[in-house]
Amino acid sequence: MVDSRQWSAQVEVLLRDGIADPQGATIERALPALGLDGVTAVRAGKSFRFDLAAADESDALAQATVVADRLLANPVIEESRVTVRPAGSAA
Amino acid sequence: MPARVGVVLFPGTNCEYDAVRAVERLGGTAELVWHGATTVAGHDALILPGGFAHGDYLRPGAIARFSPVMEAVAAFAAAGGPVVGICNGFQVLTEAGLLPGALQKNRGLRFVCATSVVRVERDDSALTSGVPVGTELAIPINHFEGNYTCDAATLDELRAEGRVVLRYVDNPNGSVDDIAGVCNPGRNVVGLMPHPERASDALLGSQDGIVLLQALLRTASAPAPVG
Repeated sequence: MVDSRQWSAQVEVLLRDGIADPQGATIERALPALGLDGVTAVRAGKSFRFDLAAADESDALAQATVVADRLLANPVIEESRVTVRPAGSAA
Repeated sequence: MPARVGVVLFPGTNCEYDAVRAVERLGGTAELVWHGATTVAGHDALILPGGFAHGDYLRPGAIARFSPVMEAVAAFAAAGGPVVGICNGFQVLTEAGLLPGALQKNRGLRFVCATSVVRVERDDSALTSGVPVGTELAIPINHFEGNYTCDAATLDELRAEGRVVLRYVDNPNGSVDDIAGVCNPGRNVVGLMPHPERASDALLGSQDGIVLLQALLRTASAPAPVG
């Protein structure tokens, strides 16, 4: 019998390199007002967290990757980074 | 027999009655199709109208793509049925993979509400059949995410296959290659950001959308109806 357990997943979605990121660019243009002239390459994205039941870490990663690829990110313009850890462990 | 047009209604759609009225004024019949429907039988053409399907949460069209009706829409399209996505409907069609590319936030993060002038680039799509190439039409746009984008290979393919249906004369949103509307390889699925239904009466300031909607009704009345 499979010992199913809870996992916490985090998915970070960012626009692909080469896709214009007007939010990142706008944020970057605001930074000189803070007196910070050296901050560059600002990228704006989204972060998602959810819990899921999975037999082991690779199953949890596979499930979270389906969520990321099929719903959370649009692969035409975005890429995602998926991480999983046992629920309740430190992020 | 008048063309029977199904207008797909998602929670958050808000241009459905504009589309229904425009179709009816041009002699077609129109019926709303709720997004939970699992069939689109009885329709000769489908319009996915504008609005904010499912609140546009996550990305415009990202949730709508999973609405039950979309499987029926995909089957209708695969069988050659004419399908037109207007504004949010265009976004839904790209998210559903029925049209290539994606619609990103406008250049400069500007919401654009204006009359755009678009040039008809093809006279052989479900929405432009019989409309002379080069015709310029004044049609309203009203969107934040209308900046059409796709990878270089897809753009090459769209150009080579003549699938750019409409181009902006004065690009309002940063769309690649001034693209305002594209079609699928079968030319029966068309997406566009401008709202032809909002340019269908002199009272609205322009009637330039009529030729497009008439073309759709002609396509819908052509032989081999599906559904």
